[in-house]
Amino acid sequence: MPGDLQDGRIVIVGASLAGLRAAETLREEGFTGSLTVVGDEPHPPYDRPPLSKQVLLGKASADTTALPMRRDTDADWRLGVAATGLDPLEKRVMLADGESLPFDRLLIATGTRARPWPNPEEASLDGVFTLRTSDEAGGLAERLAAGPGRVLVIGAGFTGSEIASACRERGIEVTVAERGPAPLVGALGGTLSKLAAVMHRNHGVDLRCGVTVTTLRGDGNGRFTGADLSDGSRVDADVCVVALGAVRNVEWLAESGLAAGPRGVACDAGCRAFNMYGIVTDDVFVAGDVSRFPHPLFGYQMLSLEHWGNAVAQAEVAAHNMVSPGPLRRPHLAVPTFWSTQFGLNIKSVGVPTYSDHVVIAQGSLEARRLAVVYGFQGRVTAAVTVDMAKSLDYYKHLIETAAPFPPPLGSADRAIAADITIPSDVPDPSGLSHGPTVALTGHLPDRRLTVVQPTG
Amino acid sequence: MQIVVDLTRCQGYAQCVFLAPDVFELHGEEGLLYATAVPDDQVERVRQAAAACPVQAILAGEGVSAGAR
Ligand SMILES: Cc1cc2nc3c(=O)[nH]c(=O)nc-3n(C[C@H](O)[C@H](O)[C@H](O)COP(=O)(O)OP(=O)(O)OC[C@H]3O[C@@H](n4cnc5c(N)ncnc54)[C@H](O)[C@@H]3O)c2cc1C
Ligand code: SF4
Repeated sequence: MPGDLQDGRIVIVGASLAGLRAAETLREEGFTGSLTVVGDEPHPPYDRPPLSKQVLLGKASADTTALPMRRDTDADWRLGVAATGLDPLEKRVMLADGESLPFDRLLIATGTRARPWPNPEEASLDGVFTLRTSDEAGGLAERLAAGPGRVLVIGAGFTGSEIASACRERGIEVTVAERGPAPLVGALGGTLSKLAAVMHRNHGVDLRCGVTVTTLRGDGNGRFTGADLSDGSRVDADVCVVALGAVRNVEWLAESGLAAGPRGVACDAGCRAFNMYGIVTDDVFVAGDVSRFPHPLFGYQMLSLEHWGNAVAQAEVAAHNMVSPGPLRRPHLAVPTFWSTQFGLNIKSVGVPTYSDHVVIAQGSLEARRLAVVYGFQGRVTAAVTVDMAKSLDYYKHLIETAAPFPPPLGSADRAIAADITIPSDVPDPSGLSHGPTVALTGHLPDRRLTVVQPTG
Repeated sequence: MQIVVDLTRCQGYAQCVFLAPDVFELHGEEGLLYATAVPDDQVERVRQAAAACPVQAILAGEGVSAGAR
């Protein structure tokens, strides 16, 4: 029935966290039409964070992280087939098996994939892995269980650090190579990256910062045996994990006319996709890691997040808006939140730590390995990171939401002595890091192609 | 039964660890690790844990079955 938003055909491309949560929400909100979810992986939706934690620790196998459903989605799950194109005029999604799916409204939730090692021949050596999918995690977990002599991890972002941590917990020797000055520096800035480096070294990681890996070496039979580093040194290892960040799955949208590029698919605060001219569409929505969306707390710049909590929150807003008329639509304003566990520490972040000029240690201390660091930008609180202090996070989240002054006012009884001593946040230019940032401010424009469009006639 | 814990919400209260220690464990001071696939004999305990979690961070249910419609 045209015009009835609770009916019609909805297609979701991407059968993972955002795709599943959107499907559930559509039904929760009363959508009674046909729902098709397309996913190129053969597996039903599964959870990725355990892949670098429980799975690499040997506590769960890679094929057991299926995501529970909140409710029956009554959807047609088209798994193991990729979407290859989008015709926005005919309103069809083209599939790799030659079929095309007509839709009234579409949700793009194709997420990201692991950035591959740039040399394909070296990347195909037996023993070289990336970590994004359950199949990759299964293969890597098997190698770790076999007790390799040494593992080389390239990139010390969150994923690389968690992999190194899991290896050490299993007693496996590990070398971490990072181009930047310290682990996690791109995500958390200078102060906490110092703690991260200490944690690596105290747990026996051979941490090499300020170096790049130049060549992966094989033994002539296609087996990985080690790598050459830019400082002239060589690392002998049996397994290599390339943890260089993520690439957005947008290639299938190249001809769609949408504002889709390396930083994601741009959408408005209501998750509606922009086309390449910056005009908002009303039938194509975006959610999860593949999206870029404006956030009022961060100067309305477009944010790209690789955060589990964002995929859930944005999928729910997108689904709600897909079945709601204009005035009842909601904005996606959730404050970015992220967690990581590594080397026995629980690291949680709220806000955008890289959107900062100064930080203070508001509670605890680096020495105690228990602290809350608050980030400020131009005199306003923009982020906070806690290490083993998760219960404080809500308080700082409130400061961010209310644009509280920085350094933050007295709030907690266990306020650190140094709580008003601000230090530069020391966030480096991401181009000098091995791994990509999991939070990125990507400017104000939906598409850079905008600048080359000439008015005609 | 499958579970997922919303660790952005979890505050490490560890009620779940007391109620279903074979499924939930603390890793360090407050990092929560859990078995993503719940063995049948733990299902009841996990239900109790999900109900007791002060921030309602534990979601239990079945996964999408392959070939579902
Ligand atoms: C190892 C690992 C550890 C993580 N740990 C944490 C953590 O501790 N904390 C945290 O906050 N976040 C973590 N994350 C990030 C979190 O998992 C992601 O934010 C989340 O998975 C995003 O969900 P999504 O649905 O947007 O995208 P994805 O999960 O990337 O799903 C997209 C899906 O779409 C499919 N797809 C892509 N292109 C097509 C196409 N053309 N046609 C059909 N299907 C397609 C993909 O194969 C994939 O299945 C981690 C991620 C990984 C990989
Ligand atoms: S009871 Fe809830 S908040 Fe506490 S540790 Fe378990 S999941 Fe986290």
